[in-house]
Amino acid sequence: MLDRDQVLHVARLARLELTDPEVERMASELSHVLDHIEKIRELDLTGVAPTAHVVDAAGPLRADEPVECLDRDAVLAAAPAPVDGGFGVPSPGQAPA
Amino acid sequence: MSELIEFTAAEAAARVRARDIDAGELFEAYRERAAGDELNAFTWVAPESPTVTADGPLGGVPFAAKDLFCTEGIPSQAGSRILEGYRPPYTATVVRKLSDAGAPLLGKTNQDEFAMGSSTENSGFGPALNPWDRARVPGGSSGGSAAAVAAGLAPWAIGTDTGGSIRQPAALCGIVGMKPTYGACSRYGMIAFASSLDQAGPLTRDVTDAALLLSKMVGRDVLDSTSLEFPGEIALPRADDLKGIRLGVPEELTGAEGGVEPGVRKSFEQTLALAEQLGAKVEPCRLPHAPHALSAYYLIAPAEASANLARFDGVRYGLRVGGEAGLTEMYNRTRAQGFGAEVKRRIMLGTYALSSGYYDAYYGTAQKVRTKISDDFRAAFERFDFVVTPTSPWVAFELGAKTDDPLAMYLNDFCTVPMPLAGIPAISIPSGLSDGLPVGFQLAGPAFSEQRLLEAAFALEQSIGFDGSPARG
Repeated sequence: MLDRDQVLHVARLARLELTDPEVERMASELSHVLDHIEKIRELDLTGVAPTAHVVDAAGPLRADEPVECLDRDAVLAAAPAPVDGGFGVPSPGQAPA
Repeated sequence: MSELIEFTAAEAAARVRARDIDAGELFEAYRERAAGDELNAFTWVAPESPTVTADGPLGGVPFAAKDLFCTEGIPSQAGSRILEGYRPPYTATVVRKLSDAGAPLLGKTNQDEFAMGSSTENSGFGPALNPWDRARVPGGSSGGSAAAVAAGLAPWAIGTDTGGSIRQPAALCGIVGMKPTYGACSRYGMIAFASSLDQAGPLTRDVTDAALLLSKMVGRDVLDSTSLEFPGEIALPRADDLKGIRLGVPEELTGAEGGVEPGVRKSFEQTLALAEQLGAKVEPCRLPHAPHALSAYYLIAPAEASANLARFDGVRYGLRVGGEAGLTEMYNRTRAQGFGAEVKRRIMLGTYALSSGYYDAYYGTAQKVRTKISDDFRAAFERFDFVVTPTSPWVAFELGAKTDDPLAMYLNDFCTVPMPLAGIPAISIPSGLSDGLPVGFQLAGPAFSEQRLLEAAFALEQSIGFDGSPARG
């Protein structure tokens, strides 16, 4: 069962601002889903290797040949606040702690 | 209705190449239908007919692409308000490959936001509707692609499948949908949901169309290091029987545990009987860990999603909210406003499963279950050519019927999540109707068994004789 503080902690990790009703709903919905998921913890998985990925090939390398990269202006055209040919961001120093 | 619409994509391609029909007229016929879309299947439709070359292997037959495929200069929003109006500076490899093979892009299709959902109700741009009954969902997350193909608004379409997002909407809309082996198609330019599971595949009117479209999608791509060389060429299927084919029926995915509806169960059993008449040997098989696949999936996919969706932060593309308030505030508010409820739920679930103190218990355990699921399939394929199940436990449900209960919605994926966890291919074909709504029959095979799957699905399709024309109005 997830409580309010846990939900707020996870939301902070996920950089997600939640309203109070969202916090309440998230606590109840996630708890409900986790109750169902918990069943896998009853399985005996001693000695079982984890699968992170089904493809075994370990990062095959391509030939090291120079290719055109994306045009800077084309990339910045999609940015919400380009500044001087780069992505503009607010100063981290501005943030209230 | 234009008679051009009645040709399957493969028939249309053959006629275009034979100069029986004009590629430009074909495009325009579909463009008009797509522009008049009443199902909210499309999020963008080509404003005019491009110059179409009839000579490629796909014969100038246009295709629709799920919104999450990046298309240069064309809106690619992954069904999310956080990417509203985003026009990427590059094109996804599979889209480029289809264009190179002579299929022009007709439009982009509606989907659950970031492919998270089984009904297309989680789209930031409103739900898509099922052409068999507009009060019902088309399934999801590739619901727009499925609805468009079923309704004859597009000759064929591509989607992506992470836990069933091609196969389930194909089943609910009465069309064919195939999830290829993991790595068969490049993921370059697909806006990522869960990178170890996501795979592109075809949604088509019949099995022949699926084979033709898939044949031009597969292949190793230097831009996706998890893509693999596809062994051999995919040919159009010709099998007219199932002699010598052994079909395994896993009780874990076909019985009461998955909540398979009686009407779906009946259609499934009729299809098994047909398969036997065609020469297949049908026997029960065991996938002991398959019932746990859903739990493993709903830890692994959200965990990967929580990392993949970290990129939507108001810096490089899409929405920005609170830029005046400082960096962290800007992140928090942009994501709060841009993401829908289900996406937030999955980011929270995934972040929790990866968080310190819970990682081993949740994500680590799920990865071990994933190994056991692969082992189960490996054992089954020693005795059987294919494992068969209903694609979805139920037919298309009414809009809103499951939106208040995330867990009920997740159960849609009960029969389709084990395959992506094991990285194996599976195809859904329409097996009949239950109360006037389509039922899907799923065949899954070992990695890179696509050709054999297509042959078996083709033989069954000919014998079933499903009529999808009511959905085309």
